Amino acid sequence: MSNCCFTSCWFLLCAAGESVNVYSTSTEEFVHDLQGHTDLVTGVVLNPSNHLQVYSCSADGTVRLWDFMDGILIKTFIIGYPIYSIYVSEKHGGVVFVVVPMANYKSSELFQLVAVHLPRSGDQEVEARELSAVLCDVSPHPGAVSFGREGEYIAATKGLQLEVFFFKKQKSYRFSLKSGMKKGVKNAFTCVSCHPKEDCIATGHADGKIRLWRNFNQKKEYTYTTLHWHHGAVNTLCFTPEGTNLLSGGIESVLVHWHYTQENQKDFLPRLGAAITHIAVSPDGSLFCTSHSDNKITIIQSCVKVSAIIQGLVKGDGVWTDLIIDPRSKALVLNGKPGHLQFYSLHRDKQLYNLDIVQQEYINEEGLDQFEVVKAAFDARGDWLATVEERRKKGAELEINLKLWAYDKLTQSFVLNTTVTAPHEDRITGMFFSPSPETTMLVTTSLDDHFKAWLLADHSDTKEGFWSCDFVGGYHLLKPGCCSYSADGSLLAVGFQEVVTVWSPASWELLTTLSQPPGAIRDLCFGRLSCSKYLLGTSTKNQLCCWNLLTCSLEWSTPMDVSLLQADPLSENMAAFCSQSGSSDLFVFKPSEPRPLYSQKALCTGKVQHAVFAPRDQMLESCEERTQWLNRSQLYFITQDMDLLTFSTKTEEDRLLASSKQLMVDDSVAVTPFYLLLGKHRRQQLEKQEALTNPMAERTQLPQGSIAIKELLHTPAHVLPSASFLCAMFVRSLLVSRSSAREEKAEEEMESEKEEEDSEGEADPRLGESAAWAPSEEFGAPALTKAQERELRKVKTFDHSWLSSLLDS
Amino acid sequence: MASFKPTKIPIYPKLGEKVTPDTLYWKNYKAPVQIKEFGAVTSIDFSPLAPHNYAVTASTRIHIYGPFSQEPVKTFTRFKDTAYSGKFRSDGQLLVAGCEDSVVRLFDVSGKVALRVFKGHTKGVHVTDFTSDCYHILTGSDDYTCRLWDIPNSTELTSYKEHTDYIRCGTTSKLNRDIFITGSYDHTLRVFDARVEKSVMTMDHSQPVESVLLYPSEGLLVSSGGRYVKVWDLLKGGQPLVSLKNHHKTVTCLGLSSNGQRLLSASLDRHVKIYNTTNYKVVHNFDYAASILSLALAPDDESIVVGMTNGVLSIKHRKSPEEKQEVAGKQRVRPVYRVFVKGRNYVPKKDDFFVSKPVKSHLAKYDKQLKRFNISKALDTALENRKPDITVAVMKELDRRGTLKNALAGRDEQNLSQLLNFLIGNVVDPRFTPVLVTATEMILDIYQAVVGQSSVVDRQLVRLQELVEREIDYQQDLLEVLGMLDTLFATSLPRKEVILKTSCILSINLHLVRNSFILYL
Repeated sequence: MSNCCFTSCWFLLCAAGESVNVYSTSTEEFVHDLQGHTDLVTGVVLNPSNHLQVYSCSADGTVRLWDFMDGILIKTFIIGYPIYSIYVSEKHGGVVFVVVPMANYKSSELFQLVAVHLPRSGDQEVEARELSAVLCDVSPHPGAVSFGREGEYIAATKGLQLEVFFFKKQKSYRFSLKSGMKKGVKNAFTCVSCHPKEDCIATGHADGKIRLWRNFNQKKEYTYTTLHWHHGAVNTLCFTPEGTNLLSGGIESVLVHWHYTQENQKDFLPRLGAAITHIAVSPDGSLFCTSHSDNKITIIQSCVKVSAIIQGLVKGDGVWTDLIIDPRSKALVLNGKPGHLQFYSLHRDKQLYNLDIVQQEYINEEGLDQFEVVKAAFDARGDWLATVEERRKKGAELEINLKLWAYDKLTQSFVLNTTVTAPHEDRITGMFFSPSPETTMLVTTSLDDHFKAWLLADHSDTKEGFWSCDFVGGYHLLKPGCCSYSADGSLLAVGFQEVVTVWSPASWELLTTLSQPPGAIRDLCFGRLSCSKYLLGTSTKNQLCCWNLLTCSLEWSTPMDVSLLQADPLSENMAAFCSQSGSSDLFVFKPSEPRPLYSQKALCTGKVQHAVFAPRDQMLESCEERTQWLNRSQLYFITQDMDLLTFSTKTEEDRLLASSKQLMVDDSVAVTPFYLLLGKHRRQQLEKQEALTNPMAERTQLPQGSIAIKELLHTPAHVLPSASFLCAMFVRSLLVSRSSAREEKAEEEMESEKEEEDSEGEADPRLGESAAWAPSEEFGAPALTKAQERELRKVKTFDHSWLSSLLDS
Repeated sequence: MASFKPTKIPIYPKLGEKVTPDTLYWKNYKAPVQIKEFGAVTSIDFSPLAPHNYAVTASTRIHIYGPFSQEPVKTFTRFKDTAYSGKFRSDGQLLVAGCEDSVVRLFDVSGKVALRVFKGHTKGVHVTDFTSDCYHILTGSDDYTCRLWDIPNSTELTSYKEHTDYIRCGTTSKLNRDIFITGSYDHTLRVFDARVEKSVMTMDHSQPVESVLLYPSEGLLVSSGGRYVKVWDLLKGGQPLVSLKNHHKTVTCLGLSSNGQRLLSASLDRHVKIYNTTNYKVVHNFDYAASILSLALAPDDESIVVGMTNGVLSIKHRKSPEEKQEVAGKQRVRPVYRVFVKGRNYVPKKDDFFVSKPVKSHLAKYDKQLKRFNISKALDTALENRKPDITVAVMKELDRRGTLKNALAGRDEQNLSQLLNFLIGNVVDPRFTPVLVTATEMILDIYQAVVGQSSVVDRQLVRLQELVEREIDYQQDLLEVLGMLDTLFATSLPRKEVILKTSCILSINLHLVRNSFILYL
């Protein structure tokens, strides 16, 4: 979420990857996206002559004009060069200013600002070849160029230079700062913003200063005043539309609100979470929005209150914890904000919540060693969460904390139960809960040559127990690298460099040792279900070994550079990722037979960092041999570039396509909460009267994302019918009978996760509609799509008594 | 926008014993009153009558003390040799005592001269007691016999010669006038019935028996001897119930608290242990200055009297409830209740629209300063705090922010000496050492240029250095002990025990500090 702009008080547009996302500012819901670009979208600006249209530019060399309300692409202008940013001004109608690489420089290190006259023609795709250079040698950073008062001049910054180009005089002035004897490049410009009403340019600098330039229409007698609050570089600057305030943000994650003319007065909005990369202001000045370096947009009501947060999958500095599936919410858990764990719903593609692990004030400062969550683990039922945080200081010893969190049913979140400071003397390499449901036992392995078992001690005098160390084990002072529990929790395998030791957690006896001479053990994994007698291990010297635990001997081994080994908890399958010559391969196999079930060469570039099998809600019935291993669970993995990828089967994609078609059909009638409850009812009545007018004549664009009831509560009261009319239906809609709840669930599962957010709200009306339509004769017509047919068949089998009672009311 | 997260003060595990109702009960005694007697105090007995005077037998005399007097109310001195076992009769009128010269004397508590003299034993008499009908006297002697005497006639009734060693303890039944129990150095306890010519029950304690005690119900018998305290079930024919080994020297005396719920044992190892009589676990422990020979509890546990080998009698009185109230009354006057409930107890009416107030989060003063990045002030505030864990937590937070050096720098003599005082007090506390060692190193770094300018600071630095060096010596000694233990464990246990090496790290840390001291001073 790099670049965002407000279109009105109601919508927020944001360039995200190859598309532009449209969000509602009031409900923070994703409305729809504008798809069409084939490369990274670099800029989004409103069309100054039509406030319902928006320009977007992309690195694919096109500028596209959209109707963002309906999500329709109006025009495509082909420029021919990758575009880095786009600027428009009301005074220059029909002209957009874009930053492109200089044509004659092949290295494309130099960029120029060009004016593009957009040709007026009726075609969808137009080539715009009428380019005229305005400024040479500008920065490709979108914040480095800004239009001045009424578009009379344009200011651009690069390095230590500010250049102002006056369109009337066709003349540019350059102002440069001294590099400073001691400060060096700290003086460099980082961003620029021009006052909308006065001749004043605000520039931000790398040393945290903001300079306000005035009287710059001549070379000599320009003046500037300096404002200094930021201690890091000023990332972005923005004037409010009336020019009364100046907003600035930087790495401190504090939004500073300077009052223009009284510069010593300033307001702060601190602790926004991560470094601010961009600030946008709505055209009427009532809303601000800041985009942050951690894939987040914050919407702020005139600098006093955060009103909404749009948060995607937090892209932190890295993922140190493995990918974990929370057994309760089935959410993916990984590092989020610094010191936090994020719970991310894979089905809804939405962050559920952040759990603060470190519980310390985060200080945004460069070069500071922060606590990071390095390990996390859930127990089998999801009642306990264990986390390890560590902080490595330069020249000082490591600080490690082991924290154990109990799930609180009342608050539906995890509550800190025990903190163990310095559980080990060195870095913790592995942490696992025992999978058996009877005992909750945690095992940690560390580089201090020991592994420790932690048990929940029961104390009758205190209300709840706390965790304490139960056993400390070691093997010949070797460093334990990894450990693994067998599926029933009766065996624990710990890899001590070249030796695998197998322990019995009940008595802490060393049962046996297995060794495979070349290379230290990197990963250990027990087989599941019918293969539970096998123990898999990978070593650093390109070996994948499989031991039979009944005979305590090596069953088979194969030379393979396995970087990651992951077992599917619901089947016998194992996934092994190999990294070879810059790309990763995937092999899926069963421990009982060394022949892989599935293999995929050159899966992605770079090494696969972490992977996890996420169990499916419903088993797929795929009979294709290639995809059978995906029937029970889905494999997610994260690459070096922090991309989260997954596998999907062909049947799934078909279904996805079908459901999206179906959604298109549904989309022809706008879905409002009012409609959700009332529309279907009314509609059915109208159908009976054979009136073909649409009950919802007006198309109100409201986001469809959330649950109907929630939205009903958000809708203003004056557009709703009388409360007495709604009440009975509202209450009854809450009282969903058991059978229909199951039905809804089944329906939701039909859809792919991409449409999941729509389906939540949608499941009801569709159900209602088809239920109501089923008896009417119109729909016996052969015009039914396949998916609808299937649905009808399904609907027939369900109990409709609750619905009929609802209709009677 | 998240709110400011206050500094986390870690909760350290509480060291020392846990507070239980027992510790509260047994700690609720005043500081002991000490009285010096002429010799080792061998016996203490409380009068059953109301003022509850007590007879203390030491050397050749018996003193009777009033409950609160420190001077003897009465003294019996007509003994030719060491007196033993001064005992009151159940009406508190008569007192009997044995003597090393084998004569047993009976005194009127108000008189001086012995009313009766019982002669017949051939060696010293260590045990005397009245039977429950008040007309007979039981005696046990070093001539291996125990005898019953009639008080009115002063004649010997019966003599039992079953023990094969000195009889050093005995007690009579309070319910039956004919039953009595004796314990002897021949390791046995014998129950006699005066109507029968032989002992009716024999129990083997397997150590010389020093003391016996009957429960008020007289179903259970407690004996002590050697390091053991044993409980016997008399109703089951003298079956051993439990054997306690909590002392590391001979247990000399037993006592029972007034409600019979707690058993006390006193030993030559200078401890009095208190047991719970339901599970026989030690619930409390008293330490004394010398080996204890005798112990007695006043009715209602009003006082604990202990006699020791060095002749010191130690009396602890229970704190009276008035004194407790006095302590409570010293607390500062709080604002009246009305102030706090102002408007809080207003019950909203039916049509009232309830607007909830935003919850005000209260921040500690140092947190407020940390929030504003006033690091030096935050450290000052934390240093003023009496709790070292808070000060250390703030220092740790500053260290995390990378500003501890800035906060420590720029202090004048007074400020610096305050800081050094804190370090001297806490740097060797193992809970705080990791943080404080860093702080100490930083202080030495910052202020090495001005060493020698202020005598106060110099003195403190020298003290700190001495402290650190002493601690390093301790740690080295500990490590040596650990090494010895390691070898012992390695030889005695087949499996490997892992001994934590925290002290190792501690000592390494301190070594670093010493090195910096050596550099700078």
